[in-house]
Amino acid sequence: MAAAESYPDDLKYNEDHDWARIEGDEAVLGITWFAADALGELVHYEAPATGAAVTKNASYGEVESVKAVSDLIAPLSGEILEVNQKVVDAPETVNDDPYGDGWLVRIRIADASEVDSLLDLAAYKQVLAEQ
Amino acid sequence: MAQTLLRTPLHDRHVALGARMVPFAGWEMPVQYEGVIQEHRAVRTDAGAFDVSHMGEIEVEGPQAHAFLQSVLSNDLDRLAPGEAQYTLLTNERGGMVDDLIAYRLGEFRYFLVVNASNKDADFRWLKEREVRGSEVTDVSADHGLIAVQGPRAIERLGLQPAKAFTFSEEKIDGIEVMVNRTGYTGEDGCELLCMTDDTVALWDAVLERGAVPIGLGARDTLRLEVCYPLHGNDISPDTDAISAGLGWVCALDKEFTGVETLRRVKADGPKRRLVAFVMDEAAIPRHGMPIDGGGEVTSGSHSPTLDIGIGMGYVPSDQAKPDTKLTIDVRGKPRAGHVVKKPIYKREG
Repeated sequence: MAAAESYPDDLKYNEDHDWARIEGDEAVLGITWFAADALGELVHYEAPATGAAVTKNASYGEVESVKAVSDLIAPLSGEILEVNQKVVDAPETVNDDPYGDGWLVRIRIADASEVDSLLDLAAYKQVLAEQ
Repeated sequence: MAQTLLRTPLHDRHVALGARMVPFAGWEMPVQYEGVIQEHRAVRTDAGAFDVSHMGEIEVEGPQAHAFLQSVLSNDLDRLAPGEAQYTLLTNERGGMVDDLIAYRLGEFRYFLVVNASNKDADFRWLKEREVRGSEVTDVSADHGLIAVQGPRAIERLGLQPAKAFTFSEEKIDGIEVMVNRTGYTGEDGCELLCMTDDTVALWDAVLERGAVPIGLGARDTLRLEVCYPLHGNDISPDTDAISAGLGWVCALDKEFTGVETLRRVKADGPKRRLVAFVMDEAAIPRHGMPIDGGGEVTSGSHSPTLDIGIGMGYVPSDQAKPDTKLTIDVRGKPRAGHVVKKPIYKREG
């Protein structure tokens, strides 16, 4: 079952509908409910390799629904520590639980100052209002 | 240039059902209601209803209608009695396909052609320019609504009697006069219901009341791809010939029609490339336009909800066209393995 629309206020966001949960010098990344709903039920997650470098505002992977492909835009630079294998095996997990079981990667943050440039919930809601 | 999208009589119904509306061939159409995969499964297991009122209808009437259509369509209309229909091609001089369509023989001197929305104007012009004395070509698209009801339970849910594929009859559903065509684009049992434009909303409501669920264009595409029905504009076009596309079975090469010499030659020489179906061997979704190693190209690709893997069709050199031949698809720069399979990719039981 696709989740109901929600946007947790303990997350950071970017304008491309990706979220980051900051945990010390690491971060967990995913896509927001809005992105998952716009794509429809996900059927493929093209995940990055563990150890790969990710660059803020660049693509670190792809998710696909039946009709569409979307780049995953990294909200932060860093190194991939872990890929969520559950989403690789069952991509629809993202639709079901975009901020929980549907997380995509865990990274080690390369530059902590980048965190300050991310959107808080109020700023992201402004982005959504403009869609 | 901004262009106003056309709307079918069911537009407000789609919006009320929560459909996601998208532009398609100049029309504003529902791409999905609840979700593509769920809708796809509803058609494979029960019954789904599709608004296909955007499709074009062209009538050809007169004592010369039969002879005229025999000269411009690839299939043999001599094999068609009134009450029967036929899948056929409108061909050009190069053996390419102006469109693929279904011809319904309404009477001895009267035919009805149901054509792709995207090609309707081109088809009408093509026919009008070649029309002969004694055969009148009329675009009657605006007069009709068209609702496809497809799935193993479609006929039962509509309260209709089983009938042979590619036949049609006049029926009434809730008092609405409909032409029930035993045709479709999903590989399932079912029909396509043609009605007068003003009756379309009432017919749609009657179909949904009987338990068919609304299906968008997204699932229409995955359903047709699993059974390898070509999509004009993707898999076939004015620049591709029927023999290479595997549509030789709808080309009566022993009769005279536009482009037949080219098609006979392609058949005699053997096509240089063929439209094949393929299934991916690793997790990756092929898409229209992706290169296939060795000089091929994907013409349609998607995720198969039935097989839960990437599937597609594409042109490959003839020496790579045999089932089980390994193919490598260039998925945005990454080589991904698949293999050729016999068409169709999915076949219903029974």
